Amino acid sequence: MNDEICYLSLCGMLGYGYASESLANAFRGQLDFIGVDAGSTDPGPYYLGSGKGFVKPLLVKRDLSLVLKPALDRKIPLIIGSAGGSGARPHVESVLAILREIARDQHLSFKVAVIYSDLDKSFITRAAADDRLQPCGGAGAFDVSRISDLCHPVAQFGTDPIINALDTGADVILAGRCCDTAIFAALPIQRGFPAGLALHAAKIAECGALCARPVGANDSLVVTLRHDGFIVEPPNPLRCCTPESVAAHSLYEQPDPECFYEPEGKIDMRSSVFTQVGERAVEVKGTVLVPTPKQTLKLEGARLCGFRAITLAGVRDPVAVASLDAIEKGVREVVAQNINGALKHGEYSLRFLRYGIDGVTGGNEPLPSSLPREACLVIEAVAPTQELADTVIGLARSSALHQAFPNRKATAGNLAFPFSPSDFQGGAVYQFSLYHLMNTEGMDISFPVELLTVGGG
Amino acid sequence: MTLYDLALICRSKNAGPFRMTIDLMFRTEVDYERALHAPNLTAARVAALYRVAPEDVAVKPFKRILTIKVVLPRSISSGSPGDVDVYGSQQHFPLGLLEV
Repeated sequence: MNDEICYLSLCGMLGYGYASESLANAFRGQLDFIGVDAGSTDPGPYYLGSGKGFVKPLLVKRDLSLVLKPALDRKIPLIIGSAGGSGARPHVESVLAILREIARDQHLSFKVAVIYSDLDKSFITRAAADDRLQPCGGAGAFDVSRISDLCHPVAQFGTDPIINALDTGADVILAGRCCDTAIFAALPIQRGFPAGLALHAAKIAECGALCARPVGANDSLVVTLRHDGFIVEPPNPLRCCTPESVAAHSLYEQPDPECFYEPEGKIDMRSSVFTQVGERAVEVKGTVLVPTPKQTLKLEGARLCGFRAITLAGVRDPVAVASLDAIEKGVREVVAQNINGALKHGEYSLRFLRYGIDGVTGGNEPLPSSLPREACLVIEAVAPTQELADTVIGLARSSALHQAFPNRKATAGNLAFPFSPSDFQGGAVYQFSLYHLMNTEGMDISFPVELLTVGGG
Repeated sequence: MTLYDLALICRSKNAGPFRMTIDLMFRTEVDYERALHAPNLTAARVAALYRVAPEDVAVKPFKRILTIKVVLPRSISSGSPGDVDVYGSQQHFPLGLLEV
């Protein structure tokens, strides 16, 4: 019975979509569970900070509404990890609301085990005081003085809380911020499969069909895990896995292609062997787990930095294109003079992005600057309130339009604004300020599971 | 020839919010070796191009799939005020301009 585990990764990101045919094909086999990752830090700190999802609720609903009923009918648990994008309480609750909607729409009733991963700020203060926080992935030292600005701090938990949730017999496990691998490795580890293989398989599975060709984060992957290896195969017949495509997946968004780190330890892929089995499947063997001596937990949090407003405009006049430095300098001076009183120097920031010239690479661009025929100028203001950011950008916009510079011929205006209004509110601006590993030795940290019944009421 | 022209795939992406990884994948072992042994493709040279500290830059060969991975810190973390590329997906330049 327990010779193998077969599971479906629904897609690379809940809400990115998948082919309904993939689901139908996957259900032809026996599945032990279905997992889907819903989280990422890639879209930036705004989503964790604001409590909003980076995938729209309608798209999340589409992906869940196709899979939920067939999974319930077959009694296959569905595990959703890092719910709502960043996995803090408001994110998890947004997905819970979607599950309730689907239950109502489709007349379903099911049990949901919810695991929250939110942390109290006082807990983080204590951890910092006890010198338990180490920067992770290139972050700087943790700034204790900024704890009060921290929004939605979460811990990224591993497999244990998901195993506890599975033990409740819930139909759906709705996990807050967790390791991507925990979604897919929890049940295999619970059933005694080798953790190195289970975690390597999970690492591949969490991206859906990203390891296949053609690549597709917006499609499914079926994994069959055995005690001596695992097989990955896209259920969509239009895609296939090759040893190269699966091996290359270990490069993606990873600093080291030979290993990666999870709370369970270091997953060593130096001896991994990738073999084609059949036309579209690949078998992986040889991956091992090197357990870490230290127990750690990764913490994430975003700090509110202010509010943003932008304006964007095109520039065609060749002397104006060549004078963007002079225009910027003039605008900065005018804004500083005129905003004085409402805001002091240092309380707001202005930025000029010059697309077509060096908007992407900035000062790192070594190319000789042969000037383009047109350039796009984006001016950004960040200030302590939205109203102040709007005020700064309004002033910067009108100043940039009329700013004088040497040899100016187009004296009626420097900028072509494509829109009225020409300024846009960007809302709150955040920064990842907690991205640290916490040493949990001797600490009693648990992520309680809440069991709810959804629908049928 | 530039690194960008020699490579089959030349891509950059975040490796978490504070680092970026640039993957250079090659068609043949000859191309891979040419890039790997190019005097220009060193941590020090990459660090100078991106104006970061050389000790924070790594150039890692991955011969099995003819790939070289370059890992470097972001000077501004993803999506923070001042960042120009939230996903880090257009940061393979200026690296791509290196002569190999």
